[in-house]
Amino acid sequence: MFWDWGYTLEIMPTLLRASLITLQATVLGFLLAASLGLVLAILRMSQSRWVSLPTGAFVEFVRSTPVLIQIFFIFFVFPEFGIVLPAMVAGVIALGLHYGAYCSEVYRAGLENIPKGQWEASVALNLSPYVTFRDIIIPQAIPPVVPALGNYLVALFKETPLLSAIAVLELMQTAKILGSQSFRYVEPITIVGLFFLVFSLIAAALIRQVEAWLNRSLRNPGGAR
Amino acid sequence: MTTPMVKFDKVTKRYGSLTVLDSLDLEIAANEKVAIIGPSGSGKTTVLRMLMTLERINEGIIYVDGEPLTHMEKNGTLVPADQRHLRRVRGNIGMVFQHFNLFPHMSAIRNCMEAPVNVLGMPKAEARERAAELLDMVGLGDKVDQYPSQLSGGQQQRVAIARALAMRPKVMLFDEVTSALDPELVGEVLNVIRKLGSEHNLTMLMVTHQMGFAREFADRVCFFYGGKIAEEGAPDEIFSNPENERTRQFLSAVLEAN
Ligand SMILES: Nc1ncnc2c1ncn2[C@@H]1O[C@H](COP(=O)(O)OP(=O)(O)OP(=O)(O)O)[C@@H](O)[C@H]1O
Ligand SMILES: [Mg+2]
Repeated sequence: MFWDWGYTLEIMPTLLRASLITLQATVLGFLLAASLGLVLAILRMSQSRWVSLPTGAFVEFVRSTPVLIQIFFIFFVFPEFGIVLPAMVAGVIALGLHYGAYCSEVYRAGLENIPKGQWEASVALNLSPYVTFRDIIIPQAIPPVVPALGNYLVALFKETPLLSAIAVLELMQTAKILGSQSFRYVEPITIVGLFFLVFSLIAAALIRQVEAWLNRSLRNPGGAR
Repeated sequence: MTTPMVKFDKVTKRYGSLTVLDSLDLEIAANEKVAIIGPSGSGKTTVLRMLMTLERINEGIIYVDGEPLTHMEKNGTLVPADQRHLRRVRGNIGMVFQHFNLFPHMSAIRNCMEAPVNVLGMPKAEARERAAELLDMVGLGDKVDQYPSQLSGGQQQRVAIARALAMRPKVMLFDEVTSALDPELVGEVLNVIRKLGSEHNLTMLMVTHQMGFAREFADRVCFFYGGKIAEEGAPDEIFSNPENERTRQFLSAVLEAN
């Protein structure tokens, strides 16, 4: 028979465990990307060229090189400089860095959409730059970009199989190992595909929930003026 | 002579090759109410924005309450002010904008609490109480929990006035605060400003196109033209007997438009 249900049941527990690693890499990578992205976006807006130009160059560099190379670089090249990281950590950092660069562009769009009057009112009230960002700018800039950030969450999730290249035991790597042990690839690879499909759909639904919740909790009736 | 509350000392502002203000000298006494009038593009808004430190000046010095704002003393000489100095001195100044610039994600009362809590370090409860008093003073005691989008333009502008007052400024700047409002809402905002003028010790600088209000409210009227004060004086002099030909033209054009 083309599809072996017995074998499917047999490998299911292993794949479920591996899916936890995939989810872990996704969540940690995205948390890193989301925070790093915000920091990069703010640095890139700095009045000082000494800050904004290098930040811009860094973002462009990270965005225009493949994630896989960044993963390899952190895992295989960093040790040359004495920085030895476990594969999972190196993978999460690489994904977080890469998607952080993308997220920073999303944040930047959000930040640039804040009307000039909001900044000027903050100056007139003598708010410090920190309070201005924390209380005035960021709460208005983020809700509109949540959908775009969510797209990158899903994109990052779908790139986690790249971590199999440095032998992180996430879904893809586990499926490959199972396949090579039993010489049956149909079931493991198909199941992994289905996992990704299901999780992507769940993530998309969650993002919509978060978006609605943000809009409600920030009480932005009628939108910015 | 007593120290002026605000002093522009030969202040020049340029945008590229365009000189917007040309060696402006202007002194405003404590508690004085000054109306700034003049044609579009004459630099009225720029004067207020420089004082609020929203624009850098190219030459000259601005003083607030005897202390340089745009500059600070270092080894006995005046050097351009750093951010810390600007923040300290501009604490004396509050500004109300043409388009209100309220924080849309905060209720009226939170708009008025944000700066006292975060800048003056006032306890939240105290800031809330003071904000409620101020909103009451501007006639919005029953709207404290409303968001800006739930308020009319006139109400929003009154929240903005309360928000600026919450910082206890010595100088208040008003930039055409009624020109974005429907005509029937202008009165309620002007009434609040009248009340401020009579009940508070505030130095006020207002750019306005409401000639009637300027005449009734201001101690002095400055007519700006081509980056300079072309004529200034008591409202009655300026409005009844303008000496400068430009002032006359401007006033008759404004009268015609109304
Ligand atoms: N950021 C800027 N860059 C370049 N030019 C500017 C800028 N801001 C103002 N200007 C110019 O400076 C001049 C004075 O502007 P300002 O806004 O002070 O005029 P105003 O007297 O307030 O006019 P209005 O009655 O139309 O509000 C105008 O010619 C304007 O085009
Ligand atoms: Mg103006």
